[in-house]
Amino acid sequence: MSANDFLSGGFAPAPESADHFKIKKNYDLYIGGKWVKAAKRFKTTNPATGEVISQVALAEKKEVNLAVKAARKAYDETWSKMPAAERGKYLFRIARLLQERAREFAVTETIDGGKPIRESRDVDVPLAAAHFFYHAGWADKLDYAFPGAKVAPLGVVAQVIPWNFPLLMAAWKIAPALACGNTVVLKPAETTPLTALKLAELFDDAGLPPGVVNIITGAGETGQALVEHPDVNKVAFTGSTAVGKAIRRSVAGTGKKFTLELGGKAANIVFEDAPINEAVEGIVNGIFFNQGHVCCAGSRLFVQESIAVKVIKKLQKRMETLVVGNPLDKNTDIGAINSVEQLERIKTLVKAGQDEGACLWQPSGGVPRKGNWFKPTLFTECAQSHRIVQEEIFGPVLAIQTFRTPQEALTKANNTPYGLSGGVWTDKGSKIFKMTTGLNAGVVWANTFNKFDPTSPFGGFKESGIGREGGVHGLSAYCDLKI
Amino acid sequence: MKTEVLPFPARRDSPAIDQVGVEERAQRFCARSLKKETKMSALKLAVTMLDVTTLEGADSVGKVRQMCQKAMQPLPGDPSVGPAAAVCVYPRMVATAAKAVENSKVQVAAVATQFPSGQMRLKERLAEVRYAVGEGADEIDMVISRGQFLQGEYRAIYDEVAACKEACGKAHLKVILETGELTTYDNVRYASDMAMAAGADFIKTSTGKVPIAATLPVTLVMLQAIEEFYERTGRMVGMKPAGGISNAKLALQYLVMVREVLGPKWLTNKWFRFGASSLTNDLLMQIRKQETGYYQSGDYFTQD
Repeated sequence: MSANDFLSGGFAPAPESADHFKIKKNYDLYIGGKWVKAAKRFKTTNPATGEVISQVALAEKKEVNLAVKAARKAYDETWSKMPAAERGKYLFRIARLLQERAREFAVTETIDGGKPIRESRDVDVPLAAAHFFYHAGWADKLDYAFPGAKVAPLGVVAQVIPWNFPLLMAAWKIAPALACGNTVVLKPAETTPLTALKLAELFDDAGLPPGVVNIITGAGETGQALVEHPDVNKVAFTGSTAVGKAIRRSVAGTGKKFTLELGGKAANIVFEDAPINEAVEGIVNGIFFNQGHVCCAGSRLFVQESIAVKVIKKLQKRMETLVVGNPLDKNTDIGAINSVEQLERIKTLVKAGQDEGACLWQPSGGVPRKGNWFKPTLFTECAQSHRIVQEEIFGPVLAIQTFRTPQEALTKANNTPYGLSGGVWTDKGSKIFKMTTGLNAGVVWANTFNKFDPTSPFGGFKESGIGREGGVHGLSAYCDLKI
Repeated sequence: MKTEVLPFPARRDSPAIDQVGVEERAQRFCARSLKKETKMSALKLAVTMLDVTTLEGADSVGKVRQMCQKAMQPLPGDPSVGPAAAVCVYPRMVATAAKAVENSKVQVAAVATQFPSGQMRLKERLAEVRYAVGEGADEIDMVISRGQFLQGEYRAIYDEVAACKEACGKAHLKVILETGELTTYDNVRYASDMAMAAGADFIKTSTGKVPIAATLPVTLVMLQAIEEFYERTGRMVGMKPAGGISNAKLALQYLVMVREVLGPKWLTNKWFRFGASSLTNDLLMQIRKQETGYYQSGDYFTQD
């Protein structure tokens, strides 16, 4: 029997090919429909190997000014004057082009960010296209979205997005902004700028008028300069709660509109009458999807004490079948941790969990030597006061607690500074309604987890943010509604 | 090992099945990508798990003999492929089949108990089982009374499986649930739990005679039932999806599912079978493709 025999070994390598397109060695800034050079550059690396993929321009104050100016010009002269149906046509064209080049975007996303190709191919890219399609349809129907109101665009929108879903977040931000008649300056995260820059190339191919979308790359300072720019009318941010708070302080008193999508520490609540096998699968999808780099990840599991042993045993068995490794391999379930910094943060919190007395479990398989990796991890014997229960880990680490009554589950689930998402698993319909209305979270799933759709509003309460994205609620964040 | 009959299980002891969740999970197995030696070894494994089947009114001695030959020697000149696990025929053809596969590893399975509908008195159905065993059948594929199940007469199903098991003697009992007629995953799960408690050696999805036969999600529900039965009792039960598995790609998806739900222990023809008639040649064609890099014409694979 050979090493990859079906009965005894792992799967033979099944890598997605990356040779049908090119990632350039250097990328500049996309401002006013042109590629503009900056004085400095920074590297973006492949987190699975540590290799440098590309050198990307670093936008400073001067370039931020240029980008906002270009967006303002495009807003005043072109985009706000264009008939809404025409704006819709551009969005439809972008959506179709994205579908045509889906594989190129999926592979780039995986190389730059470390997520498994199965996810970038089956989730990120199709959902990104779906967001453009959905909002394309709204462009000329805004009056019907807000009956009785006069709908006007806001102007220039500053958008800062995170590294966990680089392309999807770009689509999530750009599509509604353009549909409502705004122009955009977008800054992708410094560790994952490539798909946003490829999206700029795609906008060029779609013939989008210059300056309607500008993409500038850089780290926190670039983002800060953009958000604080006086000629920006709205700020849309997805990222950490700490940065979100800073942004909210900086826009206070400026009249800028804002939406913030921040951290989370979702409770996934499993009752003894739940469809148990599907619940186990939902727990796995809830926490290990995208290596747990998901703001709405189900990172706290509450399981009814009467079935806790059974659920944990099933969970461990399922985790043994998860394939950790090369993100480009089609069989990979868990890819690389996005950056060295994030890996350190996960390690620190996991160590804190052990020190505080929670019980760690990891599956038996190994991880590659090169690159940033962390095994899927369970903590049992967790208490509400543990750091791993209180703080967002943003990695493949699940903290398990038991509960005895529905009321206890609700109390503990809501006992967190966050309020982004939650999940309830039970076969009893009335219990679903009781629990989901009791959870203080913006998005609640019943008998499933981590389901996203452009028609459905997404956003949180408390320190998880303010405002909604997606659906009609999301549109209103990009419109000036005169009632 | 003598199969122990367990008490009649209550319906509420079977866990709820979420339709959306189970279908999603089944789809996830299809995303596994088998290449090179993994694919080759899986294809060859699949051939050894075939219950090569003919269940037609027109079955004749000559046809059954030819099919048996194919089961013993699926790819003439290549002894590394096959033989198949069994041939599956109507009771009248058992003696013919048993003679044809004599001295080979291939088993003879007979459908019985008024296959495919089961609409007959239990007495006559049991007599059919005894007849088939007497003719030389190693395995009996029985059908449950779906009508009675849907009427809520669950204990009757448990009793008929237990009675068939007794009538089988040394022969192995496969219990066909006809999942296409049970309709819901909850029903499939309960019927699986009942059949296993009553002594089934195998549980099987379908007769192949109704429009909806084996599917990945329904098989997943049954595999989960087998897994939990094993956890509880320590007894292994086999699984046979049947009907509608007509190409190699789909067969491999089933094998991936067995591997990930039950583990490699179940990946032998003692514990997993495919009930299929047209799957054989597609498996053989894919094996040749893996060996040579080219698809061969259908003329190079025997039609039996």
